[in-house]
Amino acid sequence: MTAEINLTPKLDAEELSSKSISMWQTTMHRLLRRRSAVAGLIILGVLIFVAITAPWVAPYDPTVSMLDNIPPQKIKARTAPCIHLLGCPKDQPQHFAGIDGNIRDQFSRLLFGARLSLMIGFSTVIFAIIIGTVLGALAGYFGGWIDNLIMRVMDVLLAFPSLLLAIAIVTVLGPGLINALLAIGIVSIPAYARVMRASVLSVREMDFVSATRSLGGNTYEILFKCILPNALTPLIVQGTLGIASAILDAAALSFLGLGAQPPTPEWGSMLGAERNQVFTAPHLVFYPGLAIMLTVLSFNLIGDGLRDALDPRLVHVSS
Amino acid sequence: MMFQYILRRLITSIPVLFGILLVTFALGRLIPGDPCRAILGEKATEEVCSRFIQEKGLDKPILTQFGIYISDMARGNLGESFRLGMPVTRLLIERLPTTFELSLAALIISMIFGVPLGIISAVKHNSWLDVITMIWANVGVSMPVFWLGLMLAYVFSLLLKDTPFWLPPSGRISPGIPDQTFYELWGWVVPETGLWSALLNFTGRLNIFNALITGNWVLLKDSIKHLILPALALGTIPMAIIARMSRSAMLDVLGQDYIRTARAKGLRWSSVIIKHAFRNSLLPVVTVIGLSFGGLLGGAVLTETIFGLSGIGRTLYEAITARDYGIVQVFTLAIAVVFVTINLIVDISYAYLDPRIRLN
Repeated sequence: MTAEINLTPKLDAEELSSKSISMWQTTMHRLLRRRSAVAGLIILGVLIFVAITAPWVAPYDPTVSMLDNIPPQKIKARTAPCIHLLGCPKDQPQHFAGIDGNIRDQFSRLLFGARLSLMIGFSTVIFAIIIGTVLGALAGYFGGWIDNLIMRVMDVLLAFPSLLLAIAIVTVLGPGLINALLAIGIVSIPAYARVMRASVLSVREMDFVSATRSLGGNTYEILFKCILPNALTPLIVQGTLGIASAILDAAALSFLGLGAQPPTPEWGSMLGAERNQVFTAPHLVFYPGLAIMLTVLSFNLIGDGLRDALDPRLVHVSS
Repeated sequence: MMFQYILRRLITSIPVLFGILLVTFALGRLIPGDPCRAILGEKATEEVCSRFIQEKGLDKPILTQFGIYISDMARGNLGESFRLGMPVTRLLIERLPTTFELSLAALIISMIFGVPLGIISAVKHNSWLDVITMIWANVGVSMPVFWLGLMLAYVFSLLLKDTPFWLPPSGRISPGIPDQTFYELWGWVVPETGLWSALLNFTGRLNIFNALITGNWVLLKDSIKHLILPALALGTIPMAIIARMSRSAMLDVLGQDYIRTARAKGLRWSSVIIKHAFRNSLLPVVTVIGLSFGGLLGGAVLTETIFGLSGIGRTLYEAITARDYGIVQVFTLAIAVVFVTINLIVDISYAYLDPRIRLN
């Protein structure tokens, strides 16, 4: 019996810290346990892959009509999809999603559309988050008339249905993709301002903020180093769901002819251009709409998953 | 207490209404180019323009212009549409019934299906029914209204042609259907202007209401047939949102102690669900129904465009493309005012349902 039994627990700080799991790892872990969120991540992964590889994967140019090809291809406008595996004659060129009204390969246009949709979603939400966060932080931190002024302006923006306000803003700025993005960005600001303001109000009087203040921290430090990290969770959830609605709204604007202009391969405008052909060439309406739905669905699923994964009250709930 | 709450809530909506007026005023002034020609049209002559500039005070300071704008709005002087050659007020009254009927039908569809689906999937939590409902609800909120509308039209108007399920793809009524209004039938005289005239013109254009009170069953059947597809397209997103919300509200309530107590007392499960759980889960559901209304009004622009319905939304869209700013200004204002009013009603019903809110 020479072996000693060590009864004192070993307190190795280094070992402990290497084992400690960061908040992001926990969140990721919880997110991956939800089947719906995983489905959303897979769809989004495919979309990002498609967006990156579009120039190499797309069989045709998305903006040039095949009539301009050398030699010109003899193909009728709005031809239905032709897939060799599904029994389409081998002597016909393969077009997975058919030909559009301007004799372009719709499949190639759909692939390039993924780039645009993701760009629209992310850029508008980043724009809205930056402005909304600053406004919300100012309103919550300073209170008084600044708070009143900012939040009343937000109330007015919220008093219009979002798509309608976006339409009104585009009317003033003129149609076009950039103006549509700006309009959707402006319309989304109030949601983030409200979230940020609420977070600021809930932590403003907490001890660690007072500690920073008494240590000589300036307003900038307190707002962006103490308070902002505490508001990140709701901002991330709101942002992910916001991307979904931004993509939907942008598609709606383009559908109405107020957003992306032809020949840009944008799903909403592709659908809008062919909407009167729905009875004769349904594939031209079906595929772009399906693409929009899947993209929006992926962000909605991830956003919902994140909300549950980041909510400490729901740790033990598994579904 | 309730009265005080309503009064307080009314007072807080005044700044918002003022802000809305400011936004719609700015809309008319920020448009590129000469405001007179933007509002009265490219063909407006110098003479007409100088009269317009004087009337609207366009040569005066911007604050005075805003004052004139507010007093015009307050007196119901909403201007004219140069393009259609009629007062915008009349246009609003003529087009509003279509949108009203459509939004109401969409809201009813979304509630009739959304609330029970949410409750059933909460009661049967994690069953296959719950899983299917939630998958469907997620897909439902992600669908573009215009795509769903076009696809519904394709399926029900083309694929199901020559079957009893065929539904018309556009318009409000089929040609040749008698659509005499109740006041025409009863020989009432409609005055040219005034509130009574507006009310008669509005209700007379509500086809289903009209068909019901005049007993015109042919019109009723035809109107409902025309209404189903657009209402289904417009109602799907709110339906999905309502189903999700009622499910999570119900799940929340079902986990409470008083539900266990009710069960322990030996009450029937169905009566626990309906009397104890459902009533307490109503609150968030009411909010989400109210909030969906904004989406409905925005979605009406798309749905009406697809289904060829001359409602507020389509008129607004056509006005934008034709650069008819007179209509754009007034219709945007009207929709925002309706939206604010609905939010007000939601808040009041919220306070009615939950005493904690009105007592605070």
